[in-house]
Amino acid sequence: MQEVADLKVRIGLEVHCQLTSLKSKLFCGCSADYRQSEPNTHICPVCMGLPGTLPVVNRRAVEDAVLAALALNMEVSSRTLFYRKNYFYPDMPKNFQISQYDRAGGIPIAKNGYIKLDGGKIVRITRLQLEEDPGKLSYEGTIETSRVALVDYNRAGVALIEIVTEPDMNSPREARVFLQKLRSILEHLGISSGELEGSMRCDANISIESGTRVEIKNISSFKEAERALNFEITRQRNLLRKGMRIGRETRHWDETRRITISLRVKEEEEDYRYFPEPDLVPIVITSEQIENRKSAMPELPDRHKERLMAQYGIPLQNAEVLTENKALAEFFEECARKYNRPDLLSNWLVGDLLSYLYEMGLELRETKITPENVISMLKLIDCGTISGKIAKDVLKEMLLTGKSAEEIVEEKSMKRIADEEYLKQLTEKIFASNPGAVRDALRMEKAVRFLVGQLMKETCGKADPQLANIVIKERLKRLRDEESR
Amino acid sequence: MVREKQVTREQVRHLAWLSRIRISKAEERKYAEEMSEILRYFRKLDDIDTTGIPPTYHVVEVVNVMRDDEPQPNPPNQLLGIVPARKGRFVKAPRIV
Amino acid sequence: MSDLLELPASRLISKIRAQEVSAEEYISKCYERIEKVEKRIHAFITLTEKMALEKAREVDAKIRSNRSVGSLAGIAVAVKDNICTLGVRTTCASKMLESFTPPYDATVVERLKSQDAVIIGKTNMDEFAMGSSTEHSRFGPTRNPYDLSRVPGGSSGGSAAAVASLEATLALGSDTGGSVRCPASFCNLVGLKPTYGLVSRYGLIAYANSLEQISPITKCVADAALLTDVIAGHDNRDSTSIDAGRSSLSRHLVENVAGMRIGVPQEFFGRGTDRDVSKVVWKAITKLEELGASHTEIKLECLDYALASYYIIATSEASSNLARYDGLRYGFRLEDDGYDWSTAFSRNRRSGFGAEVKRRIMLGTFALSAGYYDEYYLKAQRVRTLIRQELEKAFKSFELLAAPTMPILPFRLKEKLRDPLEMYMCDVDTVVANLAGIPAISVPCGSSRGLPVGIQFMAPVFREDLLIRAAYTLEQNLVQTSLKLKI
Repeated sequence: MQEVADLKVRIGLEVHCQLTSLKSKLFCGCSADYRQSEPNTHICPVCMGLPGTLPVVNRRAVEDAVLAALALNMEVSSRTLFYRKNYFYPDMPKNFQISQYDRAGGIPIAKNGYIKLDGGKIVRITRLQLEEDPGKLSYEGTIETSRVALVDYNRAGVALIEIVTEPDMNSPREARVFLQKLRSILEHLGISSGELEGSMRCDANISIESGTRVEIKNISSFKEAERALNFEITRQRNLLRKGMRIGRETRHWDETRRITISLRVKEEEEDYRYFPEPDLVPIVITSEQIENRKSAMPELPDRHKERLMAQYGIPLQNAEVLTENKALAEFFEECARKYNRPDLLSNWLVGDLLSYLYEMGLELRETKITPENVISMLKLIDCGTISGKIAKDVLKEMLLTGKSAEEIVEEKSMKRIADEEYLKQLTEKIFASNPGAVRDALRMEKAVRFLVGQLMKETCGKADPQLANIVIKERLKRLRDEESR
Repeated sequence: MVREKQVTREQVRHLAWLSRIRISKAEERKYAEEMSEILRYFRKLDDIDTTGIPPTYHVVEVVNVMRDDEPQPNPPNQLLGIVPARKGRFVKAPRIV
Repeated sequence: MSDLLELPASRLISKIRAQEVSAEEYISKCYERIEKVEKRIHAFITLTEKMALEKAREVDAKIRSNRSVGSLAGIAVAVKDNICTLGVRTTCASKMLESFTPPYDATVVERLKSQDAVIIGKTNMDEFAMGSSTEHSRFGPTRNPYDLSRVPGGSSGGSAAAVASLEATLALGSDTGGSVRCPASFCNLVGLKPTYGLVSRYGLIAYANSLEQISPITKCVADAALLTDVIAGHDNRDSTSIDAGRSSLSRHLVENVAGMRIGVPQEFFGRGTDRDVSKVVWKAITKLEELGASHTEIKLECLDYALASYYIIATSEASSNLARYDGLRYGFRLEDDGYDWSTAFSRNRRSGFGAEVKRRIMLGTFALSAGYYDEYYLKAQRVRTLIRQELEKAFKSFELLAAPTMPILPFRLKEKLRDPLEMYMCDVDTVVANLAGIPAISVPCGSSRGLPVGIQFMAPVFREDLLIRAAYTLEQNLVQTSLKLKI
């Protein structure tokens, strides 16, 4: 019998990306820039679904959706309709959502595309459609215990594109890579900025070895997606190990507790009763418009990656990581214009910078660092003023303060100790208190490194490592000379 | 002539749930009868052949009616004033679970 | 002095402009009349006397100071209570919206106001415009001014009764499947349903979006033309509104039907049509023939399927349109502490909606549901195409089609309340125009047993001019009926 752990996992995603570059909502003139606002300030009779009001489509939203479809290698429909998806929920002002999906086999704005992941894996995209975002619910305590739900309709009516994939991903990690690539593509198009909170959310469906499909809803970011999927796989595997069946259900990702929970066993089967929205007329997209769009297509991550490698001679891996995050890639290029060792630069950005950002949970744009900062840091390393190790601290400080490397080094007296006399004094002390090590060092190179390390430690890492090396070795040589005499 | 029932009471119950209208047992029966009779009349359409005929979703033949992406300011408290139950600036909804 | 109230709008406007009578004086008369007859008629849900008198004084001031005034200067207009009015409650005759005050005007209301009309109140109707008798109202039924034991028709029965009983000079209703033509016919008035898309629906509380148009109800054809001219026109808030660039309908108020070819579909005179009604309608057709038109009896087989198709489409759309009434953002809400949202919504909707509304929501939910969509909703939309095609073909040979507006005379209150299907059958002659989106008019053409009868004309899209010409010619040449108001 196959081990449970070996069973193949299939993951499909339904990604909702807000078209964040739009100024107004999908069907009304309310400002779409709602994030910093008080609850229910970006609402009007139309997006609140007041009686008698009618939707009117935002032209830019349609254009953005077409652009996204083309970038995802999709077939764009020449004629598309809006449909109503009918179901009740407190976050939906009309108790139906205007979307483009029709279960009757209708035509979304685009279908049949794919994304090629770095490494060559193809993830097929079933369809892409425009739809309106619902409002946002919050609770007093948790969703399960709160006696009320509090509704903020600011988000209701914000334009989304929903992108649905085939179940082509085989691990949570792969799902995350897919999501990052998708985000990068949309960012390269300039239509959706994934760094805004809640701008990209997804639902996932997951099945283990063609077993029952379980859906996970309420995943608010890509980071959460990987977590939620990992949790869910573990949960399902545990059930399988106990010989239990996995029921077809929809589960809810609880971000704070980091578990998926079953909200209810459905009392009744939902039936969305899709039908064409009578208040909106069809949208016709000509092949000429499509051609125009295609020819004006901005540089996408794959091309961007190739260009970075060709133009700056940086390694593939670095180029991949950089283009995964458009802001970072742009940052790199800005730095590279004024710094002549792009490979070194790219190492710093994809290595230390990214891991700091991840640690701090920040997006590049949320930090204060500038390209000039990074260049100043690199130059201090180049001329030996600071060590690579010190530079790591400098970099972290720059992210928080936006100060130049010189300033930070000055303030924190991080300059390297290049004072040979001082180092010699310290060396005497170290030799005196580590006689064993000194003896070893006379015979083994490894023990020499220990002594150098001790010297670095004594200077809090500020000693010029090369100089420290020389001072230690010279002292050892003297000792050897003395002994042989 | 035995009149076939087009809608069962179970269906009525489900439709009432989908429509979020609470109905009593007695109403279930009443709806099943009334709806069956009305739907029987609607089945008149079975007599007409519509093979190959496209549906008319819109009688107007215009397409691509769209607006520019321009935000309009809205009076901030105009709509909160008519909300039946609020908590601060939030609309208060019944519990979810 | 009630003479003033009997005048058509066009005559009144000249008097007001010439300062023979002040708008204020005339509007006050309207309210005196309302005071006198409203108890028996019950045409209004809400009266707006204070605002109306203010507006009237404003118009008077403009006229006195020789400033220009709009084309409806000072005229009392009654507005159906499913058309949103800024700051004036708009109920749809439903408990659900009993205390709903829209923070906006419907586009047609803006247009009325900009032409200096005076809105005197909001009229009674069947709840959410679902009905043909104005009996399905949260606020009780409206009565027919020609026989108080009978219904005024519906769903715009309040608007019709208000004009017929001389409480208002003009009225707006909405016509989804005949809701303006039916009460116009039952109350001896003119009702004009414009081409779909001619009048903005922004602010009209939707019953069945793909079918309905806001429509005038007036004493005479000239007033219908005048009021249509004011409310028609493109509106960028309504995506289905058409930029037609038409000329004024009032220019087509000419007595000339020479050479006009009228098709008379036999299906409109079939089983279920009152013989007296047929007779009166045929007399009118004969009259037009005397005046130079010609008529041909034709067959339009699809008409037999129109009513079923209409009710499937209308209820489907309604089931979705009315989903928004859940009690959260506006409207009726029961105390729901302790209930989950789904149960709370179901309770609100149970109490907030009347029986007919719930019935139609259930029917529409059924017609759209999985397993039935193709047989009902989709089939009905295909039949709709056939109806359009058949009408288009007919309009190649005829300028107009003629038919009775209603198959029957105004019926007694409660007569059709027991059997919903029987009530639906009232719309059998009117729904065709809504399904096809074509314009149609109902004009008084005589009476039978002391009750009014209306004839209906239908024309190709955007040919309201033909309707106006035929209706006006008939109106000017028919002998006045001996109908008397019973109030």
